[in-house]
Amino acid sequence: MRGRGLAVAAGAVIVFLYLPIAVIFLYSFNADRAQTWPIEHFTTHWFGDALANAGVRDALGLSLQAAIGATGIALVLGSLAAFAVHRLRFFGREAVSFVLVLPLALPGIVTGMALNASINTAGIGFTTWTIIAGHATFCVVTVYNNVIARLRRSSRSIEEASMDLGADTWQTFRYVTLPVIGTALLAGGLLAFALSFDEVIVTTFTAGNQQTLPIWILSNLRLPNQRPIVNVVAVLVILLSTIPVYLAQRLASDSGGPGSRS
Amino acid sequence: MTSPAIAAAPPRPGPRRRLLGFAHRHRSIQLLFLLTPPVGWFGVVYLGSLAVLFVAAFWYLDPLTSAVRHDLTLRNFQQVLTNPVYRTIAVRTVVIAALVTATDILLAFPLAYFMARRASRRTQGLLVMLVLLPLWSSYLVRVYAWRVILSPGGPLDWLLGSVGVHGFSLYLTDAAMWVVFSYIWLPYMVLPIFAGLERIPSSLLDASADLGGRGATTFRRVVLPLALPAVVAGSIFTFSLTLGDYITPALVSNSQFIGNVVYDNQGVAGNLPFAAAFATVPVIVMAIYLLVARRLGAFDAL
Repeated sequence: MRGRGLAVAAGAVIVFLYLPIAVIFLYSFNADRAQTWPIEHFTTHWFGDALANAGVRDALGLSLQAAIGATGIALVLGSLAAFAVHRLRFFGREAVSFVLVLPLALPGIVTGMALNASINTAGIGFTTWTIIAGHATFCVVTVYNNVIARLRRSSRSIEEASMDLGADTWQTFRYVTLPVIGTALLAGGLLAFALSFDEVIVTTFTAGNQQTLPIWILSNLRLPNQRPIVNVVAVLVILLSTIPVYLAQRLASDSGGPGSRS
Repeated sequence: MTSPAIAAAPPRPGPRRRLLGFAHRHRSIQLLFLLTPPVGWFGVVYLGSLAVLFVAAFWYLDPLTSAVRHDLTLRNFQQVLTNPVYRTIAVRTVVIAALVTATDILLAFPLAYFMARRASRRTQGLLVMLVLLPLWSSYLVRVYAWRVILSPGGPLDWLLGSVGVHGFSLYLTDAAMWVVFSYIWLPYMVLPIFAGLERIPSSLLDASADLGGRGATTFRRVVLPLALPAVVAGSIFTFSLTLGDYITPALVSNSQFIGNVVYDNQGVAGNLPFAAAFATVPVIVMAIYLLVARRLGAFDAL
């Protein structure tokens, strides 16, 4: 009896987590511009309207560019830092993970203001690159965490074997190390992409007048006329940020080392 | 090596190989190669920016010219501490962050307990996924969803109306912030508690039962104390994330958080020094919170 009650409570919390998302999905098919409940007529034509909307298309393009750029930088910096911490001993080694997680741990507004002040001081102007720089700063830690976890679980002896058999450092990296960390890179990269794609707080400080998809939502959600399109864009953002997280999680659990699956 | 007479001289390695071999033998070169990009980015750009921001908190805005003066002064901090408007906002922010944290502990515990100790392996995997998805994605969209749900004529209005409650609305209230923040950060509480509960050995629960501890006693005297570090670990996220937010207050309430004042001063008012000074409040509160959390063992539970 007690077990039943616990299961019901757990289920209720899961329903609570997904109910608001379900409401937005339903509203994106609402034929009426006014968002009154219950929805009386359903339509799919807002999806066409949203995709034909120039502002939405530009914002989608910018968001994709920013997410791809930030993911690329995060992959490089995150793996370099992971290899350095795992392989070598140096002054400040213990501080690396702390500094990398700082952009996620500090309020986004602090990171945003700091970068904003630097961009203004340097006088470089707001471009796609400033958005990418801001996003990369908080994305690095996802790649770092995934790669270092994989390195800790994998044995170095196969690399030593490769070197003993005559491969040089590059060949060993390309043919031995990279395949070992491949799925960790992919999982970290997917999470970085998801983090970047729907980030809004740091972006408001590094974008200037440019609009990413979340910024587009933020500046249009108060306009009654735009509501149907905002709902569609919201659904789009949910899908484009949730799917990578789903894939990353599958990768992380499928290729986990000993102990991750019994 | 045993018969040097037979061993032919190895082929002379090419330049790439020699270079890589040299680097392989010299750790400092590897260190330089691996660390320069991330240290350049974080150590110089990011920490440098934070340092500039911190120093800017001691500058001030000339009231006559509206230009930022670079002389060091404590007047921004003085204003934060003495002006009742800012004090009210700071207290509101901290109180709501604490309420959200308490609410999330209550909501997260049953789910985390079910995941850790009752669910089959398959169900457990599914539930972890269902909690992870909203943790990593769609922050803004989930806040927006609540704005729609709470707005007049929306789903909540309809639901309350159908059970005979009229004229009650959470829309644009402080209570709305409490509900929405609790919702948004809930996954950050579920996962650490789940991990903490999973680590408790079943033998301890059996031992408690064998010694006559009934369900409630075992829960209170064995499970709760062992889960405490995990709960504190989760509370770091819920507390910190609420403390620094400004989007949710702007979308679902009429009240201001520290973040809103900071944002407006930095942007519209052009008063970066005051914004920077006020932004140190959540950072200092969090630093104290982290020190306490570490004493409670929360860092081992992360």
